[in-house]
Formats: sequence, C-alpha cells, structure tokens
Amino acid sequence: MKPDLWNNRDVLAGLLFIVLGGLAAILARDYPFGTTMRMGPGYFPTALGVILLLFGVYVLARGVRSGDRVKGEWGWKPLALITVSIVLFGFLLDRAGLIPATIATLFVAAAAGREFRWKEVVLLAVVMTAFSVAVFSWGLKLPYPLLGGYY
Amino acid sequence: MDLLSNLALGFGVAFSLQNLAYCFAGVALGTLIGVLPGVGPLVTIAMLFPITFHLPAVPAIIMLAGIFYGAQYGGSTTSILVNLPGETASAVTCIDGYQMARRGRAGPALATAALASFFAGCVGTLLIALAGPTLGEWALKFGAAEYTSLMLMALVASAVMTQGDAVKGLAMVVLGLLVGVVGVDVNSGMARYSFGIPELVDGIGFTVVAVGLFAVAEIVANLESREPREVYTGPVTGLMPTARDIRDAAWPTVRGTAVGACFGVLPGTGPALSSFATYMLEKKLARDPSRFGRGAIEGVAAPEAANNAAAQTAFIPMLTLGIPASATMAVMLAALTLQGIATGPQVMLEKPDLFWGLIASMWIGNCLLVVLNLPLVGIWVKLLTVPYRWLFPSIILFCCIGNYSVSNNPFDVYLCAVIGVLGYVLVKLECEPAPLLLGYVLGPLLEENLRRALLIARGDPTVFFTRPLSLVFMIATVLILVVMIAPAARGMRRGT
Repeated sequence: MKPDLWNNRDVLAGLLFIVLGGLAAILARDYPFGTTMRMGPGYFPTALGVILLLFGVYVLARGVRSGDRVKGEWGWKPLALITVSIVLFGFLLDRAGLIPATIATLFVAAAAGREFRWKEVVLLAVVMTAFSVAVFSWGLKLPYPLLGGYY
Repeated sequence: MDLLSNLALGFGVAFSLQNLAYCFAGVALGTLIGVLPGVGPLVTIAMLFPITFHLPAVPAIIMLAGIFYGAQYGGSTTSILVNLPGETASAVTCIDGYQMARRGRAGPALATAALASFFAGCVGTLLIALAGPTLGEWALKFGAAEYTSLMLMALVASAVMTQGDAVKGLAMVVLGLLVGVVGVDVNSGMARYSFGIPELVDGIGFTVVAVGLFAVAEIVANLESREPREVYTGPVTGLMPTARDIRDAAWPTVRGTAVGACFGVLPGTGPALSSFATYMLEKKLARDPSRFGRGAIEGVAAPEAANNAAAQTAFIPMLTLGIPASATMAVMLAALTLQGIATGPQVMLEKPDLFWGLIASMWIGNCLLVVLNLPLVGIWVKLLTVPYRWLFPSIILFCCIGNYSVSNNPFDVYLCAVIGVLGYVLVKLECEPAPLLLGYVLGPLLEENLRRALLIARGDPTVFFTRPLSLVFMIATVLILVVMIAPAARGMRRGT
C-alpha cells in the first residue's frame, strides 16, 4: 500500500467497515442461521455484517479514486491520556475509593490539554473532589467507599 | 373536549410539587451545562442521563426533557456570545447573533432568541398535544411488517439527511445495528458477540455508547484543534428589544416556527437542518439581504424559533410511534425503555399521566426558561469565560461516575473508554456518529419486528410490499435513497 493511502480518509473508513463487517459475519457463523421464515440468532447479524462489508468496499474504492486526506493531525496523545484517565477511574474506584479515583482521573485528563498548569489543576482537583463527594456520596447517596476499596 | 380534559390531567401531573421541582432542576442543569462552550445538548443529556436513573418514570422523563431544552437554550446563548458554533443546531444563530453582540446589542439578541424560542416551544408543544393522539391511534393498527418498514425508513432517512457522506451514514447505521445485536437474543436465548464476558451478555449499556461516542470522542477532537475562541466579554446591557426589533422579528419567528415544526417530525433532519433552511428562507424574503451576516435580528429570531420548534415536534414520532427522529430522541427513548415503559402508540393509552404530564411540563419548562434566563443572563455570561482546560477534565470525571453508577461495575467504564476511541477514529474519518446511535437503539426492535413479520408471512419477503401502509413506507425509503443519489440534493447537503 502506498504511504499516502494510510492517511486517506475514505480508504481508512472503508477498511474499518470491512474489518468490522467481516468479523461480525465470521463470528455469526457460530449462531444457528435458520430460514427466512424462522430466523435463527445468526440470520440478522450475518446479513448486517455482509452489508457493512459491502459498504466498506464501496467507501474504500471511492477513497482510492478521490484521494481525500484526513483533515488535521491525529491527536494520539490526548486520545491516549483521556482513555487512560477513564480506565484509571474504573480501576481505582473499587480498589482505592472515590477520592483517589477522582483525583487520578482529573490529573491524567488535564494532562491531555494543551497547557498543564500545576496550581490550577491542583485547585480543580480539590474543588471537583469536594463537589463529587458532596453530590454523589452525600446527595445522591451512591454507595462508593470514599477511601479504601471494597476488598 | 377530549384535548382539554387531557391537558387538565397533564397539568395536574406536572404541577405537583415533585414534578415541578424536577422540571426546574432539569431546565436549570441543562442550561448550566449547555451554556458551557463546546458542550452541546447531546453531550449534556448523555452526561446527566444517569442522574434520572433512580427516579420514578414520570419525574425522570420530565427532568430529561427539561435538560434537553435547557441545553438547547443554553447553546443559543453560547452561540450569540461566543463566535464558535459549539453545536450544529445553533451554528446559524452564531452568524448574526455574534455580530449583534459585537455591536453592543447582545441584550436584545439574547432576549429575541429567548422570546422566539418560547413562542416556538409553545406552538411545538401544542402540536404534540394535537397530533399525538391522532397519530397514535393510527399507529395502533401497525403490524410487525409496518413497524419494520417504518424503522427502515427512519434509519435510512437519518443516515442520508445528516450532514456529511450519505453512504458512510448508512454504513454507520448498520454498524449501530450490529452494536445493538450484542447480548442475549430474545427469541433463542443465545448470547451473541459476548466473547465469554458476562457483562456483555446483557448487551452494551446505552450510557456507555452515548457518552463514549459523543462526550469522550468530542472532547478529544476539541483538544486537538487549535482554533482560538473569540468570546464576547463586554457587559450585556439593555435587555429589552426595541419596538422596531419586535416588528422585524415577529414574522421571521412565525415562519421559523412553521419550518422547524415540519422538519422536526422528519427523521434525521432535526434542529440543525431546520435552522439552516429557515435562515436561507429569511435571506431570500428580506428586502435587503446584505444585512444578513452583519447583525440582522431576523437572522437570530428565525433560526432560534426553528430549532426550538423542531426540538419539540421531534417528540411526536418518539412518543407516538416509539421511533426516535434524532440522536437526542434516541436518548429519551432509551430512558423510557430503561424505566420499563414499552414505547409506542400504547404509551398514551396505558400511561396518560406520563404522556400528558410530559406535554404540560414542556410548556412549564419553556416558561421557566424565559424566567430563568433573561434576568440571570449575567451569570451565564460569566460561565462562558470558564476556560476549556478546566471544563474537559470535569466532564470526563462526570462521565466516568455516571457510567459507573448505572451498574456499579467498572466494566462499563472500561467499555466506554473503548467506544470513545472508536468514536474519535470515526470522527476523524468524517463518519457521523448520530446514525450509529439511532441504529443501536432501534436494532433490537428492528430485528424482533422483522422476524415476527416474516414468521407471520411464512417467510415471504414480499409482505413488506403487499401491505399498503408498509408499501408506502418502502416507497418513501426508496425515494429518500434516490434523492440522495441525485446530484442536486448532494450539492444542497454540502451547503449545510
């Protein structure tokens, strides 16, 4: 594949549809297909997978012809940091409690921004932690441990 | 009068202290979050959606509706004071609204937007009350075949009418339908696409999909763009429009309401297209079109009326047919389903307190918005100056807490991160996420009706073309697809 195809908007979208559609159709082979009159659990997803795959082929072919590129840069760094901050929340809430999870999420998410000002982020963390404890733990009475895990 | 007694019932429900409080809370929260730059109505609802989980059905849906039009309203404040189309629906208001603000007429611009929205909201609510029962009675005659073709039509329309590429839109619908397949198949009890993970057997939660696709993906996309925002920071003085303003804005408001009310019912078009269409209409009708883009009050009144009317009438297909016309209505539908309410025409008969209470509360909510917003506009202006670097970590945090609170399971939070990554990639590849959400919500319903229709027809697929009503929907679907292929329509879509 030529290098510029890797930044071709429709080629990438088409590939994504082909992979997802193909996977869906292949996995659906494990489910009974049935007949049109009595559809099994595999009928609908198989049909969808094949349709998605066909759309993908069309979009890919169009991308090769038009050569439209992806607009702007890929923001891998913010994407990675935001993703990590979300995963951290889920990971820490059970194990360390609401307060550590909140602080960790805020710090990692804030690092995804263009500027990271320590003082501001610390202040934000304090305010938001107090706010979420007040609203979610005391106000809405969600049963999460503030500090320390369930285990 | 049937209508009057129904409305009386509705106001009885909505005026109870509890429901009034939830309506107020919803409107206030919706405005508060919606006014923040870069946070549109959909993100607001997706984020606040879990709060309503623990409420009974009627207050929950009243509060959600309040959040919705509060956010819509907050968005128009933002578009007048910030030169940034935070969400597509108020992008058009931005053109003339911001110019008015720059000329020191921010006050009248805000007041005009508020009053035009209020007028449109009232008319839209009345239309729901009038059209709802008729449409619902008609829809009671629908069989599985009719529902299947109606859903097909709604999905195709939503894919084709949203901005951007129609073919990708259709692919996104199919992808959404596949996401909806995940979990136990109702007919056979077989777990599909669950990969042996027990959490996936129940299917992918609605909040997970909505928050991941819209909130997370949008934040990452915002972080990467480098456009500086232009915020109007001058004082807002002289709220009241002059007599001339009112005269200039009156007819555009009425016309905007009419256009918006029509567009709102159609699937996929929604507030965004209606505000654009009405702006073009006003520009054509104006004696001096060159004033548009330089602070014409018609350019604020008409689109604001249109997007509010559309936002209201979008409830009609959702409430009467159980078919959402937009991504935001999909959220409402999901909320009703999670409350254990079977959506569709029977809602009106089985839950009249819910249906009429919601309608009455919409009207009350629209009143509250005017009361809440005009005097408090100073506070909203202050909120606009909150820098984005404080906002987005907080939004991420609330999304996490919201997702966790739905099932008290960290798995939902992880899954949301995964969908966020997918959502960001899709945004970069210019695939609209809204059709995906609609497909996801309608997927299980579509499959169930499709299977039932074909079982009844003994496997004969022509059933969709031999039953007259179903045939009408099928013809409409084909027409929509033909319009999509026609080059003229393609050019029009590109213009939006």
